[in-house]
Amino acid sequence: MAFFKKAIDRLTKGLARTREKFVSGLRSLLAGRQIDEDLLDELEERMIAADMGVLTAAKLRADLQTAYKERRIAKGDEVIDFLKEELKKYWPPENRGIRFAETGTTVILVAGVNGSGKTTSIAKLAHLFRQQGKKVCLAAADTFRAAAVEQLTIWAERVGVEIVKGASGSDPASVVFDACQAARARHSDVLLVDTAGRLHTQEHLMRELSKIRNVVSKQIPNAPHEVLLVLDATTGQNAINQAKAFTAAVDVTGIFLAKLDGTAKGGIVVALRNELSLPVKFVGLGEQPADVEPFNPEEFVEALFS
Amino acid sequence: MFESLTNKFNDVFHRMSGRGRITEDNVKDAMREVRQALLEADVHYKVVREFAESVVQKAKGQEVIKSLHPGQLMVKIVHDELVNLMGPVDTRIYYVSPAPTVIMMAGLQGSGKTTTCGKLARFIQRQGKKPLLVACDLQRPAAVDQLSVVAGQAEAQFFTVEGEKNPVRVARESIKHAASVGCDVVIIDTAGRLHVDEEMMQQAEEIAKAVNPHQIYLVCDAMTGQDAVNSAKAFNDRLELDGVILTKFDSDARGGAALSVKSVTGKPIKFIGVGEKLENLEEFHADRMAGRILGMGDMVSLVEKAQEQFDAESAAKMQEKMAKGKLSLEDFLGQMKQMKKMGPMKEILKMLPGVGSQLGDMKIDDEEIDHMEAIIHSMTKAEREDPSIIDNSRRRRIARGSGMDPSDVSGLVKSFDSASAMMKQMSGMGMRDRMNFAKQMGQMDLFGGGGKFKVKQRSHRLTKKERLDKKKKKRK
Ligand SMILES: Nc1nc2c(ncn2[C@@H]2O[C@H](COP(=O)(O)OP(=O)(O)OP(=O)(O)O)[C@@H](O)[C@H]2O)c(=O)[nH]1
Ligand SMILES: [Mg+2]
Repeated sequence: MAFFKKAIDRLTKGLARTREKFVSGLRSLLAGRQIDEDLLDELEERMIAADMGVLTAAKLRADLQTAYKERRIAKGDEVIDFLKEELKKYWPPENRGIRFAETGTTVILVAGVNGSGKTTSIAKLAHLFRQQGKKVCLAAADTFRAAAVEQLTIWAERVGVEIVKGASGSDPASVVFDACQAARARHSDVLLVDTAGRLHTQEHLMRELSKIRNVVSKQIPNAPHEVLLVLDATTGQNAINQAKAFTAAVDVTGIFLAKLDGTAKGGIVVALRNELSLPVKFVGLGEQPADVEPFNPEEFVEALFS
Repeated sequence: MFESLTNKFNDVFHRMSGRGRITEDNVKDAMREVRQALLEADVHYKVVREFAESVVQKAKGQEVIKSLHPGQLMVKIVHDELVNLMGPVDTRIYYVSPAPTVIMMAGLQGSGKTTTCGKLARFIQRQGKKPLLVACDLQRPAAVDQLSVVAGQAEAQFFTVEGEKNPVRVARESIKHAASVGCDVVIIDTAGRLHVDEEMMQQAEEIAKAVNPHQIYLVCDAMTGQDAVNSAKAFNDRLELDGVILTKFDSDARGGAALSVKSVTGKPIKFIGVGEKLENLEEFHADRMAGRILGMGDMVSLVEKAQEQFDAESAAKMQEKMAKGKLSLEDFLGQMKQMKKMGPMKEILKMLPGVGSQLGDMKIDDEEIDHMEAIIHSMTKAEREDPSIIDNSRRRRIARGSGMDPSDVSGLVKSFDSASAMMKQMSGMGMRDRMNFAKQMGQMDLFGGGGKFKVKQRSHRLTKKERLDKKKKKRK
């Protein structure tokens, strides 16, 4: 439970500003008020301000209205608890952890748009798995961006894990091929594959990503076991398009929500949950390897509304 | 998930069409759609609110220009107001003398500063200057390496101080270094930082204090959501920005961040990054951005062009003819020619919302209109009025006269038939359906995908009896 406590503290801290802004305003906004159109309007606006998206905000507003009509809630003061319950339903209890291979190497493919936080998030996951006593290997398959291999190499050294790399400019699929071979030969428990940032609108790059995935699945049975989309918490509504395109290309299994330590509210994951059924698996809360926590919907929502 | 504003406006057009004047009520209706579209484009909700108010003020009581639908006028008002808010844009970089001109980049983590430094270097080189790229991101692993590689690619000078941990010192040194290597512009890359990270923000201030940049640019990801205003405001408060560079513009983000950032900082968007290559830096255009935020293609230019070209009165007459299904081939040709005057066909069709994307590899070239014209000119007046009388021998004559194939003649007649049928339908439609219609037109290949207006299925040749029937009907 200590681990959980720490997770909650961190997440709450990361979201402190969000919560203060959202909730302090929200509490005073709601206190002693009737649930009328004006209040609903204001509430909807606030949800939009949290990047939850127009549709999601409208849906929650409608839910609220229905609940009021059905006399499940009566006063403004009850609104926060209601929304909290409502939002928690977005993430029903399910396995939000990593799906590990029963035997052999677990392969985790990491993808996302440019600068979303992939490489740093990989360092964080590597750190996490190492703490769990696992043997970790990284694949430096971003052969495109200047000094991307060097960046991952530094992280591998700092975290103390192995890394497989090719020359800059070489074919990322061949690096991944080598990495799979090496991970198998060295009996690595986890292979984390870093890929070049790419915009989801660039078809040839999305195809390249599919190819990387295919190489992985040919090399290691049932791999990749996870395909994580790293999403910048400051991202707006475009995250939906990103998630759709990456899912179409590589069958994303979960989201790593990075940079939640800023003032961005990360509400887009609510919209994402509404729109696609992608679970959020981890949140990034800083630039250091330790700044990662498993996503906990209870706490996430709690931090947003309580 | 997010439909474009086009569709929404089409709904509004639909509701509005027929009303002569923009009233407070229908403006409010329209504004609800505008508001939603802007929010979906990630414009900050407070900015949206202010914007909506100012548009309502502008729109109230405006007389509708003849032949223009109020909805279209509304689009124009909204669009112009957006342009007003984002422009005017001055993308010039003012170089100082004595050199060097110092430019500092700042922004959140992952916004694209380092790549943008390289792009800016290229841009500056094209203006005959010699930039020095300075690595002051000593935070992120391999950030210095990254800038050094980028500098190499840009064939620009690069500066770092081996082993130095303090970016302020590197920045200061770089100014001296610039003079010694003959560089007249210094571009300082800084570490990505959160605007709420007090220590890091202080460091940014110190760098600025040490080198007194002539320009400080905020590098901002075009995909940023509602939080864009928070970070932009904080950076502006601490660093007094001179402008903003929006990156990752080649994504499909609608880029509402642009409007938000401009309106909270008052600082103009100067450049946009449109790709990973160093050449992919463009000057910002407020009007294009407005179209993008509204998700409506370059609709407004189309409306303006149309306004220039079609005079309202004759357009009204045409509409009447269309409604009655009394369009002749002559009118058809007239329409085509008017369209042609407006510019290359494909460009025009592209501007129609919903059509642009459908266009794909559909080929319509101006040559086809010439061919069409040749065919129609080889027809007798009677044939132009009622193309159904064109039989086999007439068709051969027309083909000979115009130097075209008989199948081209029947293709044209067929196109005309379907077009006039559609136009008849369309004239009873609101704007929404018209747009759909335009879309269908794009899909239908009105002019026959392969270039010529050949129809795959040859036109039905009238039997003798049918022709007689027709003539009888006509005489009545
Ligand atoms: N504050 C904060 N910064 C982060 C977080 N995750 C990543 N970053 C920073 O974001 C920047 C970009 O991170 P990278 O890991 O290089 O992102 P990337 O997706 O690998 O970038 P490309 O490979 O260039 O597409 C770096 O400065 C990281 O330190 C986070 O959770 N919080
Ligand atoms: Mg990376």
